[in-house]
Amino acid sequence: MAQLTCQDLSVGYEGEIVLQGLDFAVHAGDYLCIVGENGSGKSTLMKTLLGLQPPLGGRVLMGDGLTANSIGYLPQQTVVQKDFPASVREIVRSGCQARCGRRPFYSRAEKRLAADAMDKMQISALAGRCYRDLSGGQQQRVLLARALCATQTMLLLDEPVSGLDPRVTAEMYRLIAELNQRDKITILMISHDIAAAVRYASHILHIGETVFFGTTQEYLHSPQGRMFATQEGGEDDERDL
Amino acid sequence: MSAIFEKLALYWQYPFVRYALIVGVLIALCSSLLGVTLVLKRFSFIGDGLSHVAFGAMAIAAVLDLTNDMPLTLAITVLCAVLLLRTGQNTKIKGDAAVAMLSVGSLAIGYLLMNLFSTSTNLSGDVCSTLFGSTSILTLTQTEVLLCAVLSVVVVAVFLLFYNKIFAVTFDENFARAVGTKASFYNLLIAIVVAVVIVLAMNLVGSLLISALVIFPSLSAMRVFRSFRSVTICSAVLSVCCAVLGILISILAGTPVGSTIVAVDIIAFFVFYAAGRVLGAAGIGAVGK
Repeated sequence: MAQLTCQDLSVGYEGEIVLQGLDFAVHAGDYLCIVGENGSGKSTLMKTLLGLQPPLGGRVLMGDGLTANSIGYLPQQTVVQKDFPASVREIVRSGCQARCGRRPFYSRAEKRLAADAMDKMQISALAGRCYRDLSGGQQQRVLLARALCATQTMLLLDEPVSGLDPRVTAEMYRLIAELNQRDKITILMISHDIAAAVRYASHILHIGETVFFGTTQEYLHSPQGRMFATQEGGEDDERDL
Repeated sequence: MSAIFEKLALYWQYPFVRYALIVGVLIALCSSLLGVTLVLKRFSFIGDGLSHVAFGAMAIAAVLDLTNDMPLTLAITVLCAVLLLRTGQNTKIKGDAAVAMLSVGSLAIGYLLMNLFSTSTNLSGDVCSTLFGSTSILTLTQTEVLLCAVLSVVVVAVFLLFYNKIFAVTFDENFARAVGTKASFYNLLIAIVVAVVIVLAMNLVGSLLISALVIFPSLSAMRVFRSFRSVTICSAVLSVCCAVLGILISILAGTPVGSTIVAVDIIAFFVFYAAGRVLGAAGIGAVGK
């Protein structure tokens, strides 16, 4: 059974449909990249998957141990966070809030979970540092560690590398791939970076005027994928796709 | 120096001075706790708008000739807090405009009502003391002190119990909602607590100066400290110290209580600002756990 299934899904906001007729399924261990132009509805789709807004048609089904509240989410940074006085430890622990339920304080197990997540993201040394003093890459690791506290099954990443320099970007992709392969966490990633999507993802969902869903291999032979390949071919010939 | 202490000891014998100090400390504590959240969520002006609403409500209470105006003021202010939060989300009139409308509207209506129906001989004095809290802190009855104490305990208890959730909702509302935290419930809770704090604080500094009590301590603390917990603790301690100092100075120098406290808060802000610059330049930066 698939973890996440979308059947004839329509998404949009304030009653206006941005994207319709989506059919796709995500299985445990998949690495799905959602690509498409600005305004194609990527973010709206993601908010719908997270349950932040209702679908305008069709259904989102969850199974195989996945529930709406057990998706780890890495949002894009907000303006508020840029000036927020909070230590790395406080932020990572806040990922445990779904586990707390009505209990007001974090248990010892949750604090250990947060410490493990920081270990995994190699930010344990930064635990006492202030979030706003960190570099962009370090901030993303903090938010990724927080997302790991919320889930063991699926991570939803909203443009995790936007604004990062190439070296930190590569490092971020490596970390995400590691989570997917070693920890068997399903990855859903929104991205502009089709080259990286093709390299790392097992499946691609391309949305826009036409919708494509399938494995990365299939994508490279699809009309959308070939268009990308011709655009990319000129500047990056040697890459073995 | 000893003359000052003698004078203080003399004043300490009067119950109204003791009441003023107790209530001042409680209000300063409550108002500073939520300051951090309000500043960070860009809600500073909701506090300001609500304080004007409280002024309007107090005018209604005065017109109705209620002996204890706190329950009515509290009810109206809490109601407006809830309405403001609702309208902030999805209406044609956006958040800041709604706050501005409500706040100037209730100021005008409040003053109008007081003018039309007031039985008092000293109308401008009444208005002035409601706006700037010039003497009301020194004329508290025992019941008002008790009510104030109970409400303060409730505010502090709510804040402590929901501390982690309030942090999560303030830092990243979308993430909190995605993992199943009822963000709208906590926003509502924050708005109600703010309304309660504002009605309490009207006694201390009057409705025009409340925002200062809410935002100055947390802004000061944010200059120096760098974790949510240390900022919260620092702003609470700072706020209480400034309130006590302000009340003592106003007793000794005969200045209005509310504006003296705010003046002390402003001085504290500049001290912390300078300290933040020095620490920042030295690359130290207090962190706390």
